[in-house]
Amino acid sequence: MPTDRTVPALDFAGVTHRFGRLTALDGCSFTVPIGAVTALIGRNGAGKSTLLRAASGLLRPEAGEVRVFGEAAGDGPLPRIGYVAQQAPLYPMLTVAQTLTLGGRLNPRWDTAYARKLADDAALPGAARVGALAPGLRTRLALVMALAKRPDLLLLDEPLAPLDPVARTEVAGALMADVAERGTTVVLSSQVVADVDGVCDHVTVLAEGRVRLAGEVEAVLADHLVAVGAGSGLGALDGMEIIEVRTAGRDATALIRTTGPTPAGNLAWHRPSLEELLLGYLRAAGPAPRRKVPAA
Amino acid sequence: MIFRIDRRTGVSVHVQLVQQVRQAIRMGRLTSGDQLPTAREVSESTGINPNTVLKAYRELETAGLVEARQGAGTFVRRGLAPPADDEALRRELADWVARAREAGLDLADMQALVADVTAGTAPTREEARRAD
Repeated sequence: MPTDRTVPALDFAGVTHRFGRLTALDGCSFTVPIGAVTALIGRNGAGKSTLLRAASGLLRPEAGEVRVFGEAAGDGPLPRIGYVAQQAPLYPMLTVAQTLTLGGRLNPRWDTAYARKLADDAALPGAARVGALAPGLRTRLALVMALAKRPDLLLLDEPLAPLDPVARTEVAGALMADVAERGTTVVLSSQVVADVDGVCDHVTVLAEGRVRLAGEVEAVLADHLVAVGAGSGLGALDGMEIIEVRTAGRDATALIRTTGPTPAGNLAWHRPSLEELLLGYLRAAGPAPRRKVPAA
Repeated sequence: MIFRIDRRTGVSVHVQLVQQVRQAIRMGRLTSGDQLPTAREVSESTGINPNTVLKAYRELETAGLVEARQGAGTFVRRGLAPPADDEALRRELADWVARAREAGLDLADMQALVADVTAGTAPTREEARRAD
């Protein structure tokens, strides 16, 4: 299908959803460009899985709109999406081989040779029942199903979490080779902040159902600085967008969102690493930056 | 050329790629005319985004170490000579270390001092913008 690259792969506009009294998503707005690999970062319960379900069309949000390649999320864009939920839903009574055959029947764009290669690379036993597979192998089968569908958009909910270290590199390698070859758009949720660098070129941080940060990795890094120094010098930060402050004894460090010059004073400034930036956002209390350094 | 990515070092992944190519050229493991692995090959073996690999290759190209040939790949251009002022810097550093020892600093003290001074002289946003 021809793709207009000016239309985002995913466009969330004011997406809100509640489960009973729990607000899972609260006015989420951000876009995912075509061809990008986007990390969805947030602590447990931040709304990552709900957001991915809304993108897949399996969940219809109470308010707001999700568009996939310009089309309303739902049955329309579904053939172009490969979605792997955390529990990797598969039929436990089928064998691996039967599951792959079923994939071929259900998906018009199914690539049989690719499915076989990926299943062989993962050493998936064809005769084994899906219900009897170890969790890591089940996840790998679910990923084979998603990739062999030849999707334009892959939605992966913590894809690496159940995998051992060797399988992690193999799966990440298979994913990134697919990105290199076909320009597949990928959105993956993760709690492992250290894994994001070098893998994702865009990042979205969720906290309490709200988007705290969204953008291209280089751009968001350029928008932040870390100040390190004596706690007594932190007053110089008042009026700036303070994401997070940590103090230990007389030492203090603060993550600041700024594109202006750094204030004069006794603080040393450096550009955060991606891990430093993301951890700062995850640790930050409250849904919005502060303007004043809290009293110790 | 096999890239090794260490996620515990705090060094960003694309910088690790650049450093490893530079090191391989310096040690003679890569010489003029050698081809770097394609972005797809690196992505498949390391699980790194192909755009990250291409970004590292572009940096190496800007530094004059490699050249991208249309449709053929990325190749090493010339051997990497040590920086011109290497010897001078080393002599100055040796003098400085001697003075630091006299002042009672041990290796860890010196490393902390170097790290602190380096962080303090990191380019400010304004300087970075002018450099671009």
